[in-house]
Amino acid sequence: MHSAIQLIELGAIILGLGLLGAVAVRFSVSPIPLYLLAGLAFGSGGVLPLTTSEEFVSVGAEVGVILLLFTLGLEYTADELVTTLRTSAPVGLSDLILNATPGVAAALLLGWGPVAAVALGGITYVTSSGITAKVMGDLGRLGNRETPSVLSVLVFEDLAMAAYLPILTALLAGAGLLGGGLALLAAGATISVILFVALRHGGIVQRFVASPSREVLLLKVLGLTVLVAGLAQQLQVSAAVGAFLVGIALSGPLAHDARQLLSPLRDLFAAVFFVFFGLHTDPADLPPVAGIAAALAIAGVATKLATGWVAARRAGVGPAGRLRAGTALVPRGEFSIVVAGLAVGAGTNPRLGPLAAAYVLILAIAGPLLARSADSLARAVAMAAGRRA
Amino acid sequence: MEIERTSLPGIGLQHVFMTARGRRVGIVSHHSGRRDVVIFDRDDPDSAATTIVLTAEEAGAAGELLGTARVVERLTELHRQVEGLVSEQVPIIAGSPYDGRPLGDTRARTRTGASIVAVVRGGDVVASPRPDFVFRAGDIVLVVGTADGTAAVAALLGTG
Repeated sequence: MHSAIQLIELGAIILGLGLLGAVAVRFSVSPIPLYLLAGLAFGSGGVLPLTTSEEFVSVGAEVGVILLLFTLGLEYTADELVTTLRTSAPVGLSDLILNATPGVAAALLLGWGPVAAVALGGITYVTSSGITAKVMGDLGRLGNRETPSVLSVLVFEDLAMAAYLPILTALLAGAGLLGGGLALLAAGATISVILFVALRHGGIVQRFVASPSREVLLLKVLGLTVLVAGLAQQLQVSAAVGAFLVGIALSGPLAHDARQLLSPLRDLFAAVFFVFFGLHTDPADLPPVAGIAAALAIAGVATKLATGWVAARRAGVGPAGRLRAGTALVPRGEFSIVVAGLAVGAGTNPRLGPLAAAYVLILAIAGPLLARSADSLARAVAMAAGRRA
Repeated sequence: MEIERTSLPGIGLQHVFMTARGRRVGIVSHHSGRRDVVIFDRDDPDSAATTIVLTAEEAGAAGELLGTARVVERLTELHRQVEGLVSEQVPIIAGSPYDGRPLGDTRARTRTGASIVAVVRGGDVVASPRPDFVFRAGDIVLVVGTADGTAAVAALLGTG
């Protein structure tokens, strides 16, 4: 009977997510905040606390993070990463400094300690590349002149995450500054080796994985990804980064096939991951941190606007385009939750989880709305400037 | 014509050019084969006024149409440039002296100055037929040359 209840709960969760997803599609908003809310409702202290499917959801959530990062890695080829690193390092660094600072400062001011500060800095730093790419596609802005600048900021952030996650993992494990440094070295070495293999000997990985059968390809790719993620976790480099690097090593037509095969799985497990995070957040903890979250959100909007402005201006784009670039970068989502998930799992300050949830809820909803109104905002600003002149 | 090429990490490639009439046009080539045709705004040259999304198949067809139109244009151009050049379709009727004989036997170019450039047989086109090509009744022969030359070929193929 135990398993019957498990199945019923699991089915109910997934069906519920499907219905929420339909709502998200109907109003063309990101489903991430809705999944988080669902998790809050099902979790301890929520309206419908679940009891038995905890274990599946927790493993599913880990697989979700791995698949999120893997499919992200698939999007880019090693060439693109290296080129972006070379051309947009200044913009990428200013993005990092501008956007991590509010998080770091807030954690330090609240007296949460340096480790939580590193985590909160990561949470305020990363744009949700999923939401941003979708918003730009929906608004027909892929051809715009500011788009390459926005994309290169996203690529840089993803690379930065590949260095940041291992450091965070080490710090959270209580390794201290020295351990963090060692983790960074280990991560750097691993990333270099994988990038080298992908750039010079990409064919070997491709040949190993390639198969005319979709079924075989699915199992090989999924198995390889989860295996490398596990090994990376064992080496304290963070499972997510391992998966990201496997994604980068695959390119060309194979990457296209792998993306098509694994996207449905990614959607399922990523949804489970967001629910899992919500499950572990008590809704009663949200109101006390709402003020901080709102303040950080306002700062986060301002700093991303500045980043986009700088990035687009470097590409010779006009003021309206600079504003569009900035607003496109505002949404925070999956990666902020990934970082928060790691931090909460390691038992840092218990208020970090609810804070991250509230922060992402605000910006995942406000970001796309801002992006949509960027052009009218630009006109309003231009008119105001004209009146003053 | 200058074409600007930009890489869009994670999406694909973008090519942008300016038309002679001053419109900025871009083509976004997605890794998936999807193609976006982007027409930029006149007032804000950074942003797309219209985006037309084409599947790989549609893009291929559109590309062919644009290309074909150019070939036809060039042919018309050629005709206009070479004043007095005409093309004529001459059927090989049953009883024609060349029914069953090779093209080389007609010595059409030497005798008339016009050229046989193609033969249409049962819906298929044989472009630039060789001298050993054997005519059959029902073939349509495409002749290009001066008006007198093509008329002479028609007479030749009809009566010998």
